[in-house]
Amino acid sequence: MISRRDLFHSLLGISAASMIGCGPRVIPLQGELLGPDIGLGHRLRDRLSLVPAHADWQEIPVIIVGGGIAGLSAGWRLQQAGFHDFVLLELEDQFGGTSRSGITGSFQYPWAAHYITTPMKENMPLIQLLQEMGVVEDISADGVPVVAEHYLCREPEERIFCDGVWNEGLYPGHGASRDDLQQKSEFDASMSTWAQKRDAQGRRFFSLPIATGSDDSEAIALDNESMLSWMNRQGWTSPRLFWYVEYGCRDDYGLPLDRTSAWAGILYFAARMRTASKDSQDVITWPSGNGHIVQHLTSRLSDQLRSGQLVCQIVPPHNQDEPFGTTVVAYNKQRQQPIGFRADRVIFALPQFLAPHVIQDFSVRTGRSTADFQYSSWLVANVHLRGRPQENGFPLCWDNILYGSKSLGYVVSTHQSGNDYGPSVFTWYYPFTDISPMQSREKLLQLRWADWADLVLADLSLAHPDIRSLVTRVDIMRWGHAMIQPYPGFVWGPARKAAAIPDGTIHFANTDLSGIALLEEAFYHGVRAADEVLLARAS
Amino acid sequence: MINRAPLSLLYLNVLAIATCGLIYELLAGTLASYVLGDSVTQFSFVIGVYLSAMGVGAWLSQYILSNLARYFIEIELALALIGGVSAPVLFLAFPWIDWFRPLLFGMVFSIGVLVGLELPLLMRILKEYLDFGDLVSRVLTFDYIGALLASLLFPILFVPYLGLVRTSLLFGMLNALVAWWSTYLMRPLLSSRGLERLRWRAIFVTFLLGVGFFKADQLTTLAEEKALGGKIIYTTHSPYQRIAITQKMLGFQLFLNGHLQFNSVDEYRYHEALVHPAMLGNEPPRHVLIMGGGDGLAVRECLKYSSLESLSLVDLDPAMTQLSKKFEPLNRLNHGAFSDPRVKVINEDAFIWIGKPGPQYDAVIIDFPDPGSYSVGKLYTTRFFRLLQKRLKPAALVSVQCTSPLVAPKSYWCIVRTLEATGFHVRPYHAPVPSFGIWGFALASMSEFDSTPLPFDRVQGELRFLTNDVLKGLFELPADLQPMDSEINRLDNQALVHYYDSEWNRSD
Repeated sequence: MISRRDLFHSLLGISAASMIGCGPRVIPLQGELLGPDIGLGHRLRDRLSLVPAHADWQEIPVIIVGGGIAGLSAGWRLQQAGFHDFVLLELEDQFGGTSRSGITGSFQYPWAAHYITTPMKENMPLIQLLQEMGVVEDISADGVPVVAEHYLCREPEERIFCDGVWNEGLYPGHGASRDDLQQKSEFDASMSTWAQKRDAQGRRFFSLPIATGSDDSEAIALDNESMLSWMNRQGWTSPRLFWYVEYGCRDDYGLPLDRTSAWAGILYFAARMRTASKDSQDVITWPSGNGHIVQHLTSRLSDQLRSGQLVCQIVPPHNQDEPFGTTVVAYNKQRQQPIGFRADRVIFALPQFLAPHVIQDFSVRTGRSTADFQYSSWLVANVHLRGRPQENGFPLCWDNILYGSKSLGYVVSTHQSGNDYGPSVFTWYYPFTDISPMQSREKLLQLRWADWADLVLADLSLAHPDIRSLVTRVDIMRWGHAMIQPYPGFVWGPARKAAAIPDGTIHFANTDLSGIALLEEAFYHGVRAADEVLLARAS
Repeated sequence: MINRAPLSLLYLNVLAIATCGLIYELLAGTLASYVLGDSVTQFSFVIGVYLSAMGVGAWLSQYILSNLARYFIEIELALALIGGVSAPVLFLAFPWIDWFRPLLFGMVFSIGVLVGLELPLLMRILKEYLDFGDLVSRVLTFDYIGALLASLLFPILFVPYLGLVRTSLLFGMLNALVAWWSTYLMRPLLSSRGLERLRWRAIFVTFLLGVGFFKADQLTTLAEEKALGGKIIYTTHSPYQRIAITQKMLGFQLFLNGHLQFNSVDEYRYHEALVHPAMLGNEPPRHVLIMGGGDGLAVRECLKYSSLESLSLVDLDPAMTQLSKKFEPLNRLNHGAFSDPRVKVINEDAFIWIGKPGPQYDAVIIDFPDPGSYSVGKLYTTRFFRLLQKRLKPAALVSVQCTSPLVAPKSYWCIVRTLEATGFHVRPYHAPVPSFGIWGFALASMSEFDSTPLPFDRVQGELRFLTNDVLKGLFELPADLQPMDSEINRLDNQALVHYYDSEWNRSD
């Protein structure tokens, strides 16, 4: 049995472990340990094969497998094109994948992804979706989307807890030396240079979705080394700068600096800068995080959505032109029996690692391996509070991070609604960056709710000594395969490129096809796969 | 048997209980005159009730026939507890209860009865050891010395340095210690049954009051009094803000988070200038909305219009609106605004409230605190003003308090420009308020409107500051208050808070 001190030390780092002496183990009244349906999911791994009864077969031209952002976006695109003859099958009871959200009373809060940045004017499909949602109100004369004020992250946006006091911003500037600040401004200047760089075809070097960016060899070369080694080569040594950049890598990729590709590390900063003069594209967020987009998409697609369906097998046809030749077998959780679909086209909107488990003879037929697709594990806690904790320094922001902690800090779900007093829900994020994905997933399953709750509160107590007395509930979500890892060589390597090519009648859509986990990427692939299907049907 | 040495200690006992008794009485009188105003009446009533209650106590003492020492100590303990908590309880309770006077006089009466019981009992205890003449002379001497001590130390030492709450708790502790000490002093007169428990109870009461004494730091601090520049007569920490009322030679002042909200001496200038321009549109206003303004002083001005049918006041903090009703000097200052049946109080963050559907208004008065924090800054954003527009009748006028255009011109014009950016027609104006300096306002409407409001014919009741000519002059901007450009205040930039911070910091 691992001791509490060792647990804190290994998962949170030194600073939290040193806290133990003063913080008793006080567990809040209640909470739950949640996670994607692991038991059912693992039946996939065991190649569950079931035969539906004769009456349980349906013919539906298009089947979307997976109800995360990629699958929902594919459905949205099909519907937009006037095509309604499809169903979307989702294992969980709730749609949205890692963009899902929760609701308790009048409080909404994210369960994972919680923001997007204002799309560049080139990203028309996403702008279209945001217009439909009323998030983009207008398009300016030069084509730039105008986002409604209340969907832009309200000031103050972010703060960092460093040396016992909160300061504005994400960079731990409190107590930084002149050299630290000098290196920080060099780094900013470098990112701004990358943001402005265009290739021979006039494409940005770094852009979201990444498919709209450049594949120029100078950019791609960055993918061959780690962010750490690239930064070392620039002559940067400031621990604060490393921490700041690593925070970005942990935040978006769940990776430490030495395992993040330099290309991905730079993308995090440069892809969101429109011009050199502007810091970064404005953040768009909602109390429910990206769950707000999920709510919109699911309300649009309500006729086509089927939840609680474990897709166990997809069998491609012998002859691609055979009508309704592709079969999809799913296990209906509620009825506890298999059902079958015959379809012309399937959009496989699940992570790649599931393809060999679900698609019959996938590896043999395509010659592809999914071994290169590695995923980070995450833990997300929603901490329900009866009031706001004590503060020292800059006031509560949307995003609140703790310098030195291995957690990513927390976002405040009530921030965007303008609700500044009383009860709130803090969403706390923790990426497993220190250990291998496999070990992380084992750890995720090993620890109990009380261990996690203890850990979450120990981390928050660093900045808010009184928080334990305010907590009414801690719910914990375990994400085993939360984010694709852009480790060096992966994003621009062969496996990722090959994975997006359709396997006959089966089209692929998932954020992992971009090598990074972002709503913008998942949306892009959903739309792309839907377009492929529409094109195939038209011909 | 009590020997000679403890006998003189017993006189000390008399001195202590006499001091405590009078302190409780003075506390009640002072507290009542703070909270209810009119100190002559309050002191007179408190003294009257207290003295008559002492008479009742003295009369009741005849029914105690045995166990005199035991009863004496029990009474001391009861007195310690009731007297000790009297000021904190009265302070904490008065904004929230309708029976403050019964509570106040109930406490004064109980304290009086207990004090009235003390001396007769003590004298009966001592009569075994002294002849009657000595007894009366010595006990009464120490009693009067105690009274002298209390009445001198109370205003000179205790009120200025400890405040009412801590003085109350301190004397409660003293009283409980006297009780504890008496268990030893009068040991020969006490049966040993339950003696230990009695001592523990005395220690427990002392401890309880001691905890209160140290916790009372959260109620008032001397540093705060110095910062606010006046004698603090009431403070509280609500979940939203720190509320403090101070008193100076002339009038009293309200502070929220250390910022002056009004001075009773000249607040009429501010509130007349804030309210009447918005009420003097083409149509007599029937439905009016006030946001902020939990002091009820803007309400007072609105109630001067007989056309008024309903008035909604949205203020974040129930502690503030309750105080305005229950703190008698303020209730008097706002003419009992919150007792008017047309007035409806909504305790909610105006930003949340304005986003909900609801009726439209003929006139809106915006009386938020200055935008010194993000949570107030959001109430001056384009988002807020756009939501507000949905709650306005087409010709409705809105007046907004906009901080000082002289001290913080960028902040002032930022509010004006932000109003304009949302489609409002805006007329800036200003008024001199001695406690604040030159103060800035904005009058806004979605319809074109004349900058000079109509004459005051429809105002019923006295105006002390505004006349038709003065009102016209408020809209004339002097050379040092001329318009300037500014960023627009939005939720995602909070430009106003940044302007305000830099401008007021510079001026401090």
